[in-house]
Amino acid sequence: MGKKAIISGVYDTKVGALPESTCMSLHTEAGLGAVADAGLKISDIDGLLTAYSFTSPQLMLGGVFAEYVGMQPKVSASISMGGVTAGLMVHHAESLVRAGICRHVLCITGDNRMTGLGERVQAVMADVGHPQYEQPYGMSVPTAFAQAAQLYMHKFGLKHEHMAAVAVNQRANAAKHPNAHMKKPITMDDVAHSKMIASPLRMLDCCLVSDGGAAVVVSAADTARDLPRRGVEILGMGEGHTHEHIFMAPSLEDFGCKDSAAKALGEAGLRHADVDCAHIYDCFTSTLLICMESMGFYERGQAGVAALAGEFAIGGKRPVNTNGGLLSYGSSGAAGGMFHVVEAVRQLRGECGERQVRDAEVAFAHTLGGIFSGHCSMVLGRM
Amino acid sequence: MTQAELKPIPVPDSDSKPYWEAANRGVFSFQRCRDCGRAQFYSRSLCSHCQSKNLNWESSKGTGKVASFSVVYRAPTAPFAGDVPYVVALIDMDEGFRFMCNVLNCDPASVTIGMPVRVLFEERAGSPQKIPQVEPLK
Ligand SMILES: [Zn+2]
Repeated sequence: MGKKAIISGVYDTKVGALPESTCMSLHTEAGLGAVADAGLKISDIDGLLTAYSFTSPQLMLGGVFAEYVGMQPKVSASISMGGVTAGLMVHHAESLVRAGICRHVLCITGDNRMTGLGERVQAVMADVGHPQYEQPYGMSVPTAFAQAAQLYMHKFGLKHEHMAAVAVNQRANAAKHPNAHMKKPITMDDVAHSKMIASPLRMLDCCLVSDGGAAVVVSAADTARDLPRRGVEILGMGEGHTHEHIFMAPSLEDFGCKDSAAKALGEAGLRHADVDCAHIYDCFTSTLLICMESMGFYERGQAGVAALAGEFAIGGKRPVNTNGGLLSYGSSGAAGGMFHVVEAVRQLRGECGERQVRDAEVAFAHTLGGIFSGHCSMVLGRM
Repeated sequence: MTQAELKPIPVPDSDSKPYWEAANRGVFSFQRCRDCGRAQFYSRSLCSHCQSKNLNWESSKGTGKVASFSVVYRAPTAPFAGDVPYVVALIDMDEGFRFMCNVLNCDPASVTIGMPVRVLFEERAGSPQKIPQVEPLK
């Protein structure tokens, strides 16, 4: 393999309730936005990767998008692996440019999941459960993630106040992002008294449902000199896939993120302590804490303590989810993970304004799909 | 009651037919690999540990422990809304496999990790299919 790939362009749309939006409008805005950010034209893009849509399911979403905007990519694929998809798209794009198959690969995610699904969203999400061995038991997505959280409380001293600290910090971060879905400040008390959804998860432990889209352009290393903006290098990537359904998870304590993070950091030749800002998939507050421990950022039982001590704050020891994350910035299907990638790139470019982490040189982004099922980690570096 | 108001009913396929038929006879069945000796749930055409097709059906004694659980307050779909709060748990059976079910016949607040349970078979409206569940082992 040749030199490292770069992320040459990023874009995220407004998020929240966007009643005029469609899957295609969000794809178009995000895709063209990322291409323009890279200083490129659609005709420069020779690779296209798309994810999936719940509101406008397509057999070939990539084909539909390419036709709509009028592009004929050399390489096109649609990846459907739930929340981990954004990371996988970047991983595949990286492989395509490093192998010399493509010069510029556009990776687009987006869905109008909030206004497009409305009340149906919980039922649609619950459909991910196994039709014979989970759905007959009334398993919701929070219920499935709660299994690991409950065990963590029992075994490693995870407390709800640790989880609440994650939610409060991320809401404060979202308030500093012009596009964030939820900016109204919340307190520890608000989280503690929010409606119980599936114990120990309360409403404010759960991610949002938003309309929105995000895209990145992954380019060959030698294109960096032509970029209008500071380039961001993909220093290392890794995946980990252990199961699909939570009852089949080989462990409720360690997940595929353990391998994905080790591979990404190993490829980058860096250690956890080298990471200046972390952008971790946060479908639930507990998910983020459990993954950070499984990935080795903290000893068992210590991630929550660190969150409560303020380490995750933008000015803290280890800033986490500076855009507010899925909990407060927005969660729009596969775009949820892509928002993390976009924010990581912006941090390394120094474009985050009052959210900026000082001297951010190394960012770590992590996406997760299914119920802790599939994981993708990436280490990004300022060039 | 219309179809839409019923809880999801498992539709057995060629992999799972023996499992669901056994449930209707009051037997909680699982597969064990004759080559590597490991138990597996759910049933399939090969062993997920060693890929052998040399599988044997066994009947569980029906006892196990709660590996983890959650008390559900917001049901995912309307047919479960009348049951809240209800318990969704992962059960480690004594034979060495894990499955998901509800913990019935108890106060949800009394369920704990490690609690001993036993299998029972729930009958549901609108279907002759019996559903494996657990209750506290007294
Ligand atoms: Zn075997």
